[in-house]
Amino acid sequence: MTPMQRFLQLPGTMVKPPGSKGGEEATSPVLTPEGSTPAWYQALQPDELRQLQTSEQDVSPEGGSDGASHSQPLRHDDLKEMLDTNKDSLKLEAMKRIVAMIARGKNASDLFPAVVKNVACKNIEVKKLVYVYLVRYAEEQQDLALLSISTFQRGLKDPNQLIRASALRVLSSIRVPIIVPIMMLAIKEAASDMSPYVRKTAAHAIPKLYSLDSDQKDQLIEVIEKLLADKTTLVAGSVVMAFEEVCPERIDLIHKNYRKLCNLLIDVEEWGQVVIINMLTRYARTQFLSPNKNESLLEENPEKAFYGSEEDESKGSGPGLEEAAAPLAARRPYIMDPDHRLLLRNTKPLLQSRSAAVVMAVAQLYFHLAPKAEVGVIAKALVRLLRSHSEVQYVVLQNVATMSIKRRGMFEPYLKSFYIRSTDPTQIKILKLEVLTNLANETNIPTVLREFQTYIRSMDKDFVAATIQAIGRCATNIGRVRDTCLNGLVQLLSNRDELVVAESVVVIKKLLQMQPSQHGEIIKHLAKLTDNIQVPMARASILWLIGEYCEHVPRIAPDVLRKMAKSFTAEEDIVKLQVINLAAKLYLTNSKQTKLLTQYVLSLAKYDQNYDIRDRARFTRQLIVPSEQGGTLSRHAKKLFLAPKPAPVLESSFKDRDHFQLGSLSHLLNAKATGYQELPDWPEEAPDPSVRNVEVPEWTKCSNREKRKEKEKPFYSDSEGESGPTESADSDPESVSESESKSSNESGSGTSSDEDEDEDESDEQEADEKKKGRRGGQEASRDSGESDQSEEEQKKVKRKKKAHERKETSESSEEEGSASDSSSSESESASESEEEEEEDQTEPDTWRRKTPPSSKIIPKPKEISLLDLEDFTPPSIQPVSPPRVVSNSLVTDLEGLTLTDSSLAPSNPWHLVIQLQPPWASTSLTPPRQPPSSYALKLDSSMSPSSHQWGS
Amino acid sequence: MIHSLFLINCSGDIFLEKHWKSVVSQSVCDYFFEAQEKAADVENVPPVISTPHHYLISIYRDKLFFVSVIQTEVPPLFVIEFLHRVADTFQDYFGECSEAAIKDNVVIVYELLEEMLDNGFPLATESNILKELIKPPTILRSVVNSITGSSNVGDTLPTGQLSNIPWRRAGVKYTNNEAYFDVIEEIDAIIDKSGSTVFAEIQGVIDACIKLSGMPDLSLSFMNPRLLDDVSFHPCIRFKRWESERVLSFIPPDGNFRLISYRVSSQNLVAIPVYVKHNISFKENSSCGRFDITIGPKQNMGKTIEGITVTVHMPKVVLNMNLTPTQGSYTFDPVTKMLTWDIGKITPQKLPSLKGLVNLQSGAPKPEENPSLNIQFKIQQLAISGLKVNRLDMYGEKYKPFKGVKYITKAGKFQVRT
Repeated sequence: MTPMQRFLQLPGTMVKPPGSKGGEEATSPVLTPEGSTPAWYQALQPDELRQLQTSEQDVSPEGGSDGASHSQPLRHDDLKEMLDTNKDSLKLEAMKRIVAMIARGKNASDLFPAVVKNVACKNIEVKKLVYVYLVRYAEEQQDLALLSISTFQRGLKDPNQLIRASALRVLSSIRVPIIVPIMMLAIKEAASDMSPYVRKTAAHAIPKLYSLDSDQKDQLIEVIEKLLADKTTLVAGSVVMAFEEVCPERIDLIHKNYRKLCNLLIDVEEWGQVVIINMLTRYARTQFLSPNKNESLLEENPEKAFYGSEEDESKGSGPGLEEAAAPLAARRPYIMDPDHRLLLRNTKPLLQSRSAAVVMAVAQLYFHLAPKAEVGVIAKALVRLLRSHSEVQYVVLQNVATMSIKRRGMFEPYLKSFYIRSTDPTQIKILKLEVLTNLANETNIPTVLREFQTYIRSMDKDFVAATIQAIGRCATNIGRVRDTCLNGLVQLLSNRDELVVAESVVVIKKLLQMQPSQHGEIIKHLAKLTDNIQVPMARASILWLIGEYCEHVPRIAPDVLRKMAKSFTAEEDIVKLQVINLAAKLYLTNSKQTKLLTQYVLSLAKYDQNYDIRDRARFTRQLIVPSEQGGTLSRHAKKLFLAPKPAPVLESSFKDRDHFQLGSLSHLLNAKATGYQELPDWPEEAPDPSVRNVEVPEWTKCSNREKRKEKEKPFYSDSEGESGPTESADSDPESVSESESKSSNESGSGTSSDEDEDEDESDEQEADEKKKGRRGGQEASRDSGESDQSEEEQKKVKRKKKAHERKETSESSEEEGSASDSSSSESESASESEEEEEEDQTEPDTWRRKTPPSSKIIPKPKEISLLDLEDFTPPSIQPVSPPRVVSNSLVTDLEGLTLTDSSLAPSNPWHLVIQLQPPWASTSLTPPRQPPSSYALKLDSSMSPSSHQWGS
Repeated sequence: MIHSLFLINCSGDIFLEKHWKSVVSQSVCDYFFEAQEKAADVENVPPVISTPHHYLISIYRDKLFFVSVIQTEVPPLFVIEFLHRVADTFQDYFGECSEAAIKDNVVIVYELLEEMLDNGFPLATESNILKELIKPPTILRSVVNSITGSSNVGDTLPTGQLSNIPWRRAGVKYTNNEAYFDVIEEIDAIIDKSGSTVFAEIQGVIDACIKLSGMPDLSLSFMNPRLLDDVSFHPCIRFKRWESERVLSFIPPDGNFRLISYRVSSQNLVAIPVYVKHNISFKENSSCGRFDITIGPKQNMGKTIEGITVTVHMPKVVLNMNLTPTQGSYTFDPVTKMLTWDIGKITPQKLPSLKGLVNLQSGAPKPEENPSLNIQFKIQQLAISGLKVNRLDMYGEKYKPFKGVKYITKAGKFQVRT
């Protein structure tokens, strides 16, 4: 840039420190707003100009197409002529041809001077196309691009908002570092433009400038902060996008805008919704407490809490809670922050969005933030997405696979939606299979296995292999079907397709490891298969099995070794290794019969071409054959070779993937993508919730849609219903109300335990005032004046007030009472009552005084509006499918797994003679095209015969 | 977010590229071609490919690959959804989303892409807004433009951008005010060998074509809204009204759009309108097999089933097929092994059947699995779920619109296992 700066006679520090004012800028030559040709322009001598131009071209990133423009420099003369005419139509024609060139990826950079002249053209279409050209080539021809700047600067002042916006767009899109100060100024101005469209453009320009010059960060953050406060839906999405790109770590900027964003969300365009929801997920993880922290408690209660009538709750949950609360007495009961609830409530309707991206964003928000009992609502929406384009299916299934490991119950009602059609692409089939396997449980396993049975006969062999593995996983996870699965797999051994047989052997081996004693028969059957199976991996697996469980097949094992010794030289390497392994094990258990055989095998191996095998032979010989020098090792050889080995664990490759934020690119790739923001863990202590308070409570602001207003009511009334316990439970003395938040700054975290005689002094009048203060923020200051009491006192007063409020709310409250009560979710009410329990333990006196109002509230009949009910009905607790009569149906169903009529008898040898190429890949258990995952590694390590050398 | 976009045709030519940030060289697509080669089938190209410096997210639509280049973390569905929106927009503008159409209108495509993304973040994707910014090409307009020198580009900000209803443009005027709704239901089903239903579900959409002047406020109500189990809405629909009254209340966009899509709860039994009798067998150790399928109507609510097509993907060892249809015509492609039988209407008196011999590659083992049959059909004037539109009311405008509702049932992913 230095030569250019010389031409431009700019001071070296064009990038101004934050705080420098416009007056200075006006004097700098580039910033001259008027279009008069500045002096520096003439400083460019034509020769220099050309030189610059070509040198730029040489370094331009354009690869092959670059040469073309050099070899035919004159080709575009006609276009230049057309651009130089006065006729708009000719110019337009020329520009169209140029844009077509750009679109095809051809280099049109030599036309830059001719094109840039037309930037001030009156014809709007020519102008637009010139803009397209400029944005594409300005980076390569920075000096010439500067010629156009003054036009944009004029455009920024245009009375037409469209022109202002497009001027800013282009200005910020031409990546010329020298104009950074101009861009900064333009963005700042546009951020306070009258038109929301221009402000939106300003928000878009922020990341552009940031990527050009990251030193501007501080100033840009100021602009972001300003735009975040914008109340129009048009701006919200774009500015959050800018926030995510420039300063995702500045979570503090969100506090004041949190509620506004939640409330605007439904009216923001889809793209903005996705970005905002993802950002809010991260935000909520830092600001709220985990709703599932007291898991045992939630598991104890959710059914009762959500579905039980209020009556049930008051009497039914009492004893249950006591039990639950006992071990948790030390812990603090959880009550959801009203802001947390607000987020969940306002995102829920978006599950109905037509955009898959929005649905996915809400789903991940619920998965990461919602109480367990409420997560179920997302399943239906996600299943709906499975009807969409196959790319959408692919992404959704990946996420469902991850979710279904943690929350299996959620997708169980939709089991059949994951059934596989023969027309599905293989990658979709394998993902569906993964989900089906995750969803399989004691109840549905017969159906699932019957379905798998159909898949096994598919023409798609990759898919068949995956199915066999899936059966293996079902068998390991669900004990009662293990035998059935095993039998089914043994049937598969007589399959015609060698890949299927090999895959079955591998899976059978794993299953047998779990309970080898009962399956001598199968091992015998497998032993017979060694005559036929050619796939090395399968042969190796069989040999390993026989060696490992030679005591179950004492008569067959030596014979197998004899056969293998005969064919040793012709075997694959992994098979050879296992032959050595088998020989060693037999030598240790049955040396009388196999001594000579072992020696023979070891001698063969000694002269093998592969050094691994030679090494192994040498190593084994030293271990098992007692040598002259003491032979300490050989005394323990049996322990070394025949140590009990843990059965392999067949796990999903999607296990533990949920540490990545769901729906993210990183989750999909199972690797951290550039720019991925970790999803933080829940905080131990809730940060100060009052930071989200704004001067004027959100709900008094006009919301242009009726529905929004209505939606907010339950929220605030909710907060009234709940915040009482929140405060008394948390030692944190803050609540949502302004006055309290103000006082909270001084009060810090007091202890709530010492609660005594002052209790009674709080009066109802004050409570009323507090309530008002919460409703209309204007009164906040007055309230805060009142709250100049001692900290302790205040706390107690608050608690008391809440009790009063609750009472009031339940009794009168035309506008909010009914809504609040009916809508207060179970988890809340449950924890509320449970909270009372705890108080009961710590401070019996208060409890007695307080319970009457609360117990009065709960059983009171309420109006239940449709919406609220819907809001809090988590389909996850849909009536559990009635427990089936397993005994009979299971048996018959499982018989279905039998695949062929042939029994355990070995299959015809002729079709297995076909020698397949034995690549490891063909039997590799890793699903294709997935990054190496824990699943694959585990399988490999347990599988690969070489890994047994130490243990065996 | 989205860095660049490459459009690639089936033969692997990059015929359009567009960059929203710095230029990314075409060579990045090599990774995509590599994956494409590995996948063998176009459907199996993974939508997300990780390369050393970029991530490629692609979709496959209408024999074109839309490959976008991403540099940083972004929800993959966000990009996929956007790419589909781009394809939809092309479809909307040019009537088809094909290589030829895009090449012919490359300037408009470029202008569209320019408006749809700014710095990789979506800017204007609503068709109503785009059409105000950039007018779709028509023959008349192109003639006028070439004479007068005027352009396809609007010079005012689309009013929708600023209002609360960004999906509708202002100042719409029609002489004939019409509102049409197409209720289209698709049956997704898997039928097993014995003819019993393994899985069946009804997926429906309501597509609307609204040509109403001014700012009409419509509300559409159903006779039996409870049928709709899971609904996704166009953004114009007031969610609150639906929640409370089960009424679709909305200010519609101008033109064609999808109002809702829904699923009918799987608890309800789904009526399966056709049955298939099949007998497909391959003889062991011989080079031929038998193929015999018959289709008949079942639970068709007294309507005729039409447009029936059966497609079967035969096993690889099948060399050729000699069949005789009693109705319609069949084709068998020996390369792709696809058998297509175009039947047409079913007349209950004489059920259509397709019988004959299958020639197998000699010496090869017989296929283990019988192929599944994929069936397509259509039933006019029937929504199989029984959904009925009750009435459509219009507020906010004085004129009386012409209203129409059409029902149609189709086979979705309808598969019979044999």
